[in-house]
Amino acid sequence: MRRIVRVASWVYALAVYGFIFLPVVVLVLFSLQATSFPIPPFTGPSLRWYDAVLSDTRLTSALVNSLLVASISSATAVTLGFLSAWGFARFVLPGSGLLRGLITLPLTVSYLIIGMGLLVLFNWAGVPKSLLAAGIGHVVINLPLCFAIIYSQMGDHQINIERAARDLGAPEWKVLLLITVPVMAPAIFAGFFLSMTFSWDEFVISFLLTRFDTTLPVEIWNLLRSGLNPKTNAVGSLVFAVSIVLVVLFELTLLRRRKA
Amino acid sequence: MSSTANSGRAGRALPWALVTPALGWTLLFFVLPFIAMGFSSLTAHEGGGFTLTNYSQFFTNPSYWQAMVNSLQVTAIVTVVSVLLAYPFAWILAEQVPERWQRLALMLAVLPFWTSYVVRSYSWLLVLAQNGVINRALTGSGLIAEPLQLANTRLATVTGFVHFFVMLLTLTIFANLKQLSPSYRKAAADLGAGPVRTFLHVVLPLTLPGIMVGAFLTFVLCIGDYITPQILGGNNELLMPQLVMMQIGRRGDFPLASALSIILMAVVTIAYLACARWLKIERA
Repeated sequence: MRRIVRVASWVYALAVYGFIFLPVVVLVLFSLQATSFPIPPFTGPSLRWYDAVLSDTRLTSALVNSLLVASISSATAVTLGFLSAWGFARFVLPGSGLLRGLITLPLTVSYLIIGMGLLVLFNWAGVPKSLLAAGIGHVVINLPLCFAIIYSQMGDHQINIERAARDLGAPEWKVLLLITVPVMAPAIFAGFFLSMTFSWDEFVISFLLTRFDTTLPVEIWNLLRSGLNPKTNAVGSLVFAVSIVLVVLFELTLLRRRKA
Repeated sequence: MSSTANSGRAGRALPWALVTPALGWTLLFFVLPFIAMGFSSLTAHEGGGFTLTNYSQFFTNPSYWQAMVNSLQVTAIVTVVSVLLAYPFAWILAEQVPERWQRLALMLAVLPFWTSYVVRSYSWLLVLAQNGVINRALTGSGLIAEPLQLANTRLATVTGFVHFFVMLLTLTIFANLKQLSPSYRKAAADLGAGPVRTFLHVVLPLTLPGIMVGAFLTFVLCIGDYITPQILGGNNELLMPQLVMMQIGRRGDFPLASALSIILMAVVTIAYLACARWLKIERA
């Protein structure tokens, strides 16, 4: 009986791993062949299509746009999230529960509807479609996340250190910059990197709110019109690589927090 | 928490200065857009003015109605299949894989979770296309003579969704299984229950609330997604998000798109209320 369960478990787990990795392996594998269709049989390896991606200015400028929007919107989200988390954790505010609920509310609404709402508002207010508009949307989706992560990590331990600093005569801004920020650094970094990965991948808000200058997922979407295309494979593999780097950074900051 | 210690020195201004930017951002760019969308949904596309036709169209136009039915069907299938696939997988990772390898096994299992949404759907297109990997393998081995129509079908949409949500649910169910105290299982074994009975009467019921949370998350994310059905399902049958985007893209009809978005959100809210009630009954 034990042995049957063991063998069945192995077979099942390998099958699910196969299912999970099948599309990714196909994507990366066929990005490495020189033919103009990313289909079997495999005739690689060749870096021809990576060359094509890196010399395509539309794609490279979209990549720069994506990195800019992701880093600036994440920095904004994590700053607003940190300040509000500190305010709610350290001070008693009237209606605190309700206000915290308001900040985390966007987590329950799909990106499509958040993007639609901003599109209608900006259209009505005469705000043109731009990377800035998309960045504002990215802060809306990432602020509740940063707030929730940082707020959940503000414990009594940190309160005592802050109190000690105040007793020793530190003004409030010094407590914030010299005590709270360094102590909360792992949670702040975790929030920042998670926001980066979400903003980096986000499509529908950028699609609705940008026009000519756009982000990489939207530019990849435009490439899809040409059907199966090895260039899409190559740029997709690159995007995947960047996401993996962000996730590893996120894991490392988490690990450091656990050890601390 | 420590209000008495702080309030004397800080006064009332500081805490509000800390929370106002985040609250302001949420009000300005989340709540206000929502109100704008509500107003927009009540105005006529041609000429403005108050109207309810954007909503009544949904109930009278069978193709709009059909999109909602399609969305609900696809989402239900995806949720059930994903839970059924993910639970045994998470169980194997949590119970059969040696402790020291578990972290790595889990990280591997959710690695493609981090590929971008657009790229992940495109990757499935590579697998399912007429001249894609599966059709080439099947025709090459002589199992079938003509390639199968796999892409641009509901099956393709469901496959793309299940791929994503199996990873998500594996994460949540794994966490759930690890949170179970081993003493429950020991107690069941001491009372003479075999592994099958222990699983059915102890482990499964205790992880059910966690499964419900994961299933609800799947429902919400799945029903609101535009990318997967658009890339993999094509335009053969429309789901709600595709219908919404179509109003904006082809006709610039913001009022109708707003109304359809609000209806979609209402359905999610109803599902949430139904789900929340069911969860409470389960716990009692």
